[in-house]
Amino acid sequence: MKWGLVFFLAIATAVLVAFAWLQSGGLKQHAMLSAATPEEAVQALMGQIQAHNFEPAYASLDRSSDTDLASFTRELAGSDGSLRTYSSLQTAEVSPLHSDADQALVRVRMNWSSALGSLDDVRDLHVRRDGSVWRVVWPKPAPSAVPPQVVSVNYLRWEVIGRNTSQNWGAQDVDSPKVRITSMNAISRPGRVVILGEVENEDTVPAYLNVNATLLKADGSPIEEEGSFDLISHVLLPKQVSPYRIDFPGVRMDAVKSVRMDARALLVPASADPVIAVSDQAVSKDGLDRNVLKGSLVNESGRPVNIAQVLAAYYDNSGKVIWVSDGYVDQALMPQVPVPFAVDIPDDIAARLKNYRVIVNHYARSSD
Amino acid sequence: MRRTAPINCTLRHCLAALALLSMLSGWAGADDLRVPATVQAGQSFSIPAEGSGQATFYLVGPDHVVKRSVTLGSAVAIQSSDVRAAGRYHAILCSSSCTSAAFLVEAAKPAHLSFFLHPSRVPVSTPQSIDATAFVFDQYFNLVLTPAVVDFRITPESGASFSRPSTARRGVTWMRLDSTPHEGRVQVTAVSDKTEEARVIQQVAAEACGLRMKAIPSGNAVTLETDPVRDCSGNALPDGTVVSFTKVDRQGKSTVDTPIKKGVARVEFSLHGPAQIGVACGVVLGNEVALNGKL
Repeated sequence: MKWGLVFFLAIATAVLVAFAWLQSGGLKQHAMLSAATPEEAVQALMGQIQAHNFEPAYASLDRSSDTDLASFTRELAGSDGSLRTYSSLQTAEVSPLHSDADQALVRVRMNWSSALGSLDDVRDLHVRRDGSVWRVVWPKPAPSAVPPQVVSVNYLRWEVIGRNTSQNWGAQDVDSPKVRITSMNAISRPGRVVILGEVENEDTVPAYLNVNATLLKADGSPIEEEGSFDLISHVLLPKQVSPYRIDFPGVRMDAVKSVRMDARALLVPASADPVIAVSDQAVSKDGLDRNVLKGSLVNESGRPVNIAQVLAAYYDNSGKVIWVSDGYVDQALMPQVPVPFAVDIPDDIAARLKNYRVIVNHYARSSD
Repeated sequence: MRRTAPINCTLRHCLAALALLSMLSGWAGADDLRVPATVQAGQSFSIPAEGSGQATFYLVGPDHVVKRSVTLGSAVAIQSSDVRAAGRYHAILCSSSCTSAAFLVEAAKPAHLSFFLHPSRVPVSTPQSIDATAFVFDQYFNLVLTPAVVDFRITPESGASFSRPSTARRGVTWMRLDSTPHEGRVQVTAVSDKTEEARVIQQVAAEACGLRMKAIPSGNAVTLETDPVRDCSGNALPDGTVVSFTKVDRQGKSTVDTPIKKGVARVEFSLHGPAQIGVACGVVLGNEVALNGKL
């Protein structure tokens, strides 16, 4: 009986230790330390990143990696209130591109789930043999800050003093900004109807703008009403033009006789800064052979922009807007530092597009 | 004679009471009260009450009802506060039977103006773009339905003032005005009798006109600066107006939407070989610049 109890306690302790080891990522660490193939090495690294175990992940990298723990963690966990700080790695698809006895190139497609939807990050990683295991060579991160300096910003800002509600009927107030839909195009996409075009703030004050569309049947009755949601730049400065796109899922084009458009603008306080330049734009193919519009965003102001959204309008030969797409950038835009972006273009649109225009929506935590 | 407080009642109850009292007075078959046909709002007057003994007097107006005990043989005084609202009133006197009479209370002299001036901002040189509408009220905020002269006095920031007299009919008058070619504040004052209301409209620059930029190359970069951005009347577009610069070179296309500051828009691009640069403000295109002599 006495030996039975001892035996039971020993077994129970061993089981609990094994469970704790598994819970603490011991299996992944083991897999990483004993990665027998390049794919296993990348998969194990992704597992650690998914579990936010950045220290062991960094420890597993090849020594030739040109990064330090702080930069590695900042790159993957995000910083400065960027979208990455509100994201977590959901899946990582690994596929080998090239391999020899000591080196390999592995493509990883990381899918991050964020507060604003899922974001893809495709990278080609070099993997090196280190004795019996393979280790990932993590690339040098892009510089995240410019040297210390003073950036002078002579900033333009509009404030609004509205009407006092206690005043009599007929008391003066300031009017809403005048905006104009400069183009509208209705197109049929698989499983939906899409209304897209451009809208301009014609006024001399900033506008907070919403564009709504109502699809109408032949008898004039409405089929459905939708708004542009985040596929528009809601805050438009004077004379600024924004593309918009409104999706009607589940509606067929042959059921639509006409469309009623409604652009509503409110007068809001706004700032003319920051100015964000969109440089080196070009249409190309990404690692997954998809058509993308690539480029870099450069925050030309002196303080960070936490979250940026790229909105792109595509035009055909006749100058008509044929598609509008968007993409969020998961890095914060630090002053003067170029940050790459890429937005998808459907294949049929890529074949027809003649020109494009990109604008940037931004969110800064301390916008005052 | 004892005066009681006005009865607070809903419109439905008041109308029901009015109908009932009118029926009672009709059934009694008594002589009508002698009341003036029209009274000016806020003007006190009296109604003779013949006979002797006590009676109850009702005054049913468009917005309130008054009930009082009165002594017959003396006049019933109607206070100015009882006839402030314009409209049709019924006076009813009940003792053993009821008698009634109706009279009209008309608005007093113009004393208030409700003045609407739209829009609050208007581009320069736009025909018929300013609407001014004035409603004329008396001191009790009754709409003055009799014709009243309203003078619209227009004072531009630059240029001579002028006025446009107009007659309000059924309480309202309006006029339309072109915006002038010069930006700035325009004050419009509506004046009627001894009352006036002022509003301000801002005339702002229209679309950009003749938008031009110049390029100042410096090594591998180029600074682009517009001439002062003006509309076709020569008014400067306000600071904050967005100007878009687009550069196409070997690296691809680069765009910057930058606001006008101190009258001009300025941007710097790095250059990668021959470049073509364009500028636009809203839907207005400006000149194009080709650098390195080749597109």
